[in-house]
Order: sequence, then C-alpha cells, then structure tokens
Amino acid sequence: MDSVYVYCEIEGTTVKDVSLELLTKGRKLANTLGVKLECVIAGAGLDGVEKQVLPFGVDKVHIFDAPGLFPYTSNPHTSILVNLFKEEDPQICLMGATVIGRDLGPRVSSALFSGLTADCTELEIGDFDMTCGLDADKKPIVKHFENKLYQIRPAFGGNIVATIVNPEHRPQMATVREGVMKKEVLDPNYKGEVIRHDVAKYVPAAEYVVKVLDRHVEQAKHNLKGAPIVVAGGYGVGSKENFDMLFELAKELHAEVGASRAAVDAGFADHDRQIGQTGVTVRPKVYIACGISGQIQHIAGMQDSGIIISINSDPNAPINSIADYVINGTVEEVLPKMIKYYKQNTK
Amino acid sequence: MALKIVVLAKQVPDTRNVGPDAMTPEGTVNRAALPAVFNPEDLNALEQALRLKDQFPGSTISVVTMGLPKSAEVIRESLFRGADFGYVVTDRCLGGADTLATSYTLSQAIRKIGDYDIILGGRQAIDGDTAQVGPQIAEKLGLTQVTYAEEIISLDEKARKVVIKRHIDGGVETVEAPLPLVVTVNGSAAPCRPRNAKRVMKYKNATVPAERPAEKAEEIAARNAAKPYLNINQWGAADIDADLKQVGKAGSPTNVKAVKNIVFKAKESRVMTGSDADVEGLIVELLNDKIIG
Repeated sequence: MDSVYVYCEIEGTTVKDVSLELLTKGRKLANTLGVKLECVIAGAGLDGVEKQVLPFGVDKVHIFDAPGLFPYTSNPHTSILVNLFKEEDPQICLMGATVIGRDLGPRVSSALFSGLTADCTELEIGDFDMTCGLDADKKPIVKHFENKLYQIRPAFGGNIVATIVNPEHRPQMATVREGVMKKEVLDPNYKGEVIRHDVAKYVPAAEYVVKVLDRHVEQAKHNLKGAPIVVAGGYGVGSKENFDMLFELAKELHAEVGASRAAVDAGFADHDRQIGQTGVTVRPKVYIACGISGQIQHIAGMQDSGIIISINSDPNAPINSIADYVINGTVEEVLPKMIKYYKQNTK
Repeated sequence: MALKIVVLAKQVPDTRNVGPDAMTPEGTVNRAALPAVFNPEDLNALEQALRLKDQFPGSTISVVTMGLPKSAEVIRESLFRGADFGYVVTDRCLGGADTLATSYTLSQAIRKIGDYDIILGGRQAIDGDTAQVGPQIAEKLGLTQVTYAEEIISLDEKARKVVIKRHIDGGVETVEAPLPLVVTVNGSAAPCRPRNAKRVMKYKNATVPAERPAEKAEEIAARNAAKPYLNINQWGAADIDADLKQVGKAGSPTNVKAVKNIVFKAKESRVMTGSDADVEGLIVELLNDKIIG
C-alpha cells in the first residue's frame, strides 16, 4: 500500500544503471512521502539479484524468476506489473525511459487506467489544485490534492518545460532516461525484505506469445556518459564531413563526441551520440558546444557540465547564456585553430 | 492471401521550427502558429505497410488519424503513396486528449474498421515524443506488440506469424510474433516511397465532409457520387461508439499543472572572437588552469 515502486530492468542477470539511478530517486521520494521503496525484478536465473539493489535503500524486493522472462517480451512483464499493482496499489511507479520501459510503461498504464509521463527530467512531490468544472454560481470547483508526483519534462520539441500531475489514478507513472538521476549507494548493508513470487500466479501461459529468435547486444562504442570532456556538434556544424573536425579535436583532448538532436536528425552524427532529453545526459568537466543553438531539450542533457564553451556564429544563441566562454565564430573557422593551438601549446 | 493492414498516422506541428508563440497561455499547443507535417515515423510505418501490400497482392491499407478536419492531409498523402482507404476521427469532444484518451479513441476506430491483420504506426510523434499510443492501443485491443521495429522480415499468413527485426538498447533483436499484432516502426527503418503521380491525380480532390465549403457541398457531392474514392471517411465520437468518459480531457488521467519557458541559470560569460589570438589565449588559459590537457 502507498509504496513507491521501481521496475528494475536487467541485462542477463545484471540490474541496469538506469534502474539503480531510479532507486536512488525513488528512495528520496519515499522518504518525502514517508512510505516504503519497493522494486520489481523479472528475469531468469536471478539467484542473489537482490544484493544488487538493496544497498540503494529498497525495503521490499519482488523477484519474478522464470525461464520465459528473459529476454524481455511485452506481455509477461505487463502481466506481472498489472497483477502485482492490483494487489499492492502503489502510489508511484518509475521505470527507465529505455526501449523496455517505453514498451512496458504504456501497456501497464493502459491496463490500469493510470497516467504515464515519458522522459521526465525532474520528479518532485507537491500539492495540486485541480479545477473540475463550475458550481451552480459559476464559480470554479477546485479539488485539492496533497503530496502528488510532479512529473517534469521538456515538451514540444524541448521548447517548454511542463509539469504533469495525475492526481486521481494510481500508480502515478513516469519514465526517466539513463543518466538523468544520480545513483548513490545508501547503505551497503541495508536490510530489506525479499519476496520470490510464484510467476505462474501472475503470468498465464498464454501470455508468452512473442519469441525472441535472435538477440545481439553490443557494448557501447563510446563512453559519452562518463567522458570528462565532451565535444558536441549541432546543426550549425553544417555537414557530416565537418563533424570530422569535432572527432579530431576530441582525439587531441581525449574527449568524446556528442551531438544535438538537430545534428542527428540531419544525419551528421549517429543516434547513439545524441545528448539531451531524448538522448544521453552528460555531466563532463568541460563541454564544448559547436554550432549548437541550445534548445531546452538539449540543455536538459548537459546543463550540469563544469565549464561550458560555446562556439557559435550567432551571438544570441540561447546556449551562450549558460556558457562560461563564448566564441563568436563559425565552427569551420574556430575548430581548426583550437586543434592547432592545442597541439602547439602541449608539445 | 491478402492482408488487411491498418496504419496509424498523425499530423503534427513541425516542432523542428518553433517560435515563441508556439504555446497558448493555457499550456496547450498553438497549432495555428506552426506548419503541420506528416509525423516522420508514421511515414516509415506506411512504407512497411506498402511493402506488405506489394508482397501480398490484394492487400488493403486503411490509414487512420485523429485530429482536426485538416488532418485529412495525411490521409491524402498516404493515398498518393499507395494506401487504399482513409479515416479521420474528428470531434470537438476529443480535444485535450492525453495518450491514454487518444489510444482509446483510435482503438475504437480500429474496432469499427473491424477486420485487421496488422496495425502499424510510427514509434512516436515529434510533438510529444512519448511513444505511448502504439502500446496502449495494443493493450486496449488485447493484442501483443512489437515496438521499435526496423523491418518486417517475413510474414507467414498460414501460420499467422510475422518475424520482425527491432532495435533494442545497445543492439538488435529478431522476434517472432502472432497476428494480429501492433507494430511501431523506428525512424531508422526504410524511408517511405515518394508519391505516385497517377495516384496524386486520382486522389488530389479527396476530402472529408468537414473540409468542404458549404456553398460547394452539393456540387462536390454530385461529383463524388460518380467517384466514391474521393470521399474520405469522417467519424465523430458517436460513429466509433466511444464512451465519452474515456475521450478528450475527461478520459485523460494526466493534467498539465504548469508550463513555463525555462530560465537558465545564466552565467557571466567571457565573450571572444574567433581570431587566432583569442582562440590561442583561451587554449593557453585552459591548459594553465589544468581544465584541459
């Protein structure tokens, strides 16, 4: 009853970082609300998996361990959450805004008729006054709700930030991208209850309808999330060829190359390099923004960087207002000079 | 065997070109201020549908959209590229819908169409980026789903099974799923084929009733009597037997509490030019401060 739940995603038998990050956030929300933090892990061969999550302050771990539950398929995992939530009636459920979370979340929310907000960048607890029609004197009827989940996300191509509340339905559901929340171990010896459920009670055999014939997961080709220096390019870089200059500078600086959504959409850079609300969130020591105008959806993914350097031919580019250094110039003009003078001064 | 294919399409404001008047003070989208486009990933879905139609002659593609009457533009665009039928679900009471109310409405429209083997849609729409409507429709219709599809590799109509390659985090996966099925297609899938000139000539005057000027309604009706393919179906909430508690604002559990333009924590920036002296000065400073190097 009333708990905060996190759906923990696994690869093989390892709980993913995005889920651990959400456990840390979930712990804080549960503390604010004065309730328990619980989590669900569904997969196969999960002996001892609770050791991975308990240190994050989980009060109750629900384990569903059966051969058909890994790799993930939509229906069985939906059945688990829907049937468990009907019993437990949690007030909040968080999951990663991953391929799995974005496949599972909407199905669960549809089955339970609860609201779901995708790709949140902040989650807070607060009160909400909802106007529901007018009374006989044509005055608005306002319902007051306390301690609801504020689901905050950039919306509309990242041009605004919206706070979404779903006060009347449970659970209040939200997905969050990897890297947005920070993962912190609460107590390596945290004691929580572990329940291994009878999977057949939750998942009818007929739900195993999709067969995974072949599956290929690669380690990421780069470590954008952990890079101390990021050189990122936007639409202003102009072409895929010009992006090579970013790679050249990145090689010199031992940095990684990122891109804005506009640059990815234009085909200048691969999708997995996208930084922003719908991409990766980064917190490097140095962020060099090349030809990036700075839509909110991008800034949401890099605003906690240490030093921000903006190279832009438009002196009024929004990103300049959060930059420590602004270089008014084109990427073609400035980047070769940066490479040249970096080489000269480090020899 | 011929397939009955449904494609979900949405006309969206082009969020890639947004000005300051894009939002109303109430926090909803000011659609009038933005060019409307065919949601890009829905075009990828249409292409997968057209490939199935090529492979299984006699198959039909019905395109369904929900929106204002002018969203019939995406239906016409689909007809130009090879779709067979179009349905515009439009009604005042459908406004203000979140993803759950939208998926309920669309699932009712699909029930009304009735006979379907596969339902295809884009992974997500660029105005909301939620990717929720596809899976929610699947759940409401009691079907399973394959999201983030890259390609329909094969479809066995006797066994009623389809094999699909899909994107997963950090890789790809090939899955086998039973028909009928909901598939959402990724933007990295094959792009949609262009318009066919003959089909443009045939369908360019296809409209829904709400698009037709009142003074020309009779004339158009007379013309369309001979050419029924120029009538695009227009359905209201009553036509799809919608429960009014589940559509529009009333059927939306999510509420927008506040919308704001973000104010960044502005910093004192040092502004410089791209001259050799300025760039070298900056590099030397960053090296001396051990920020880089």
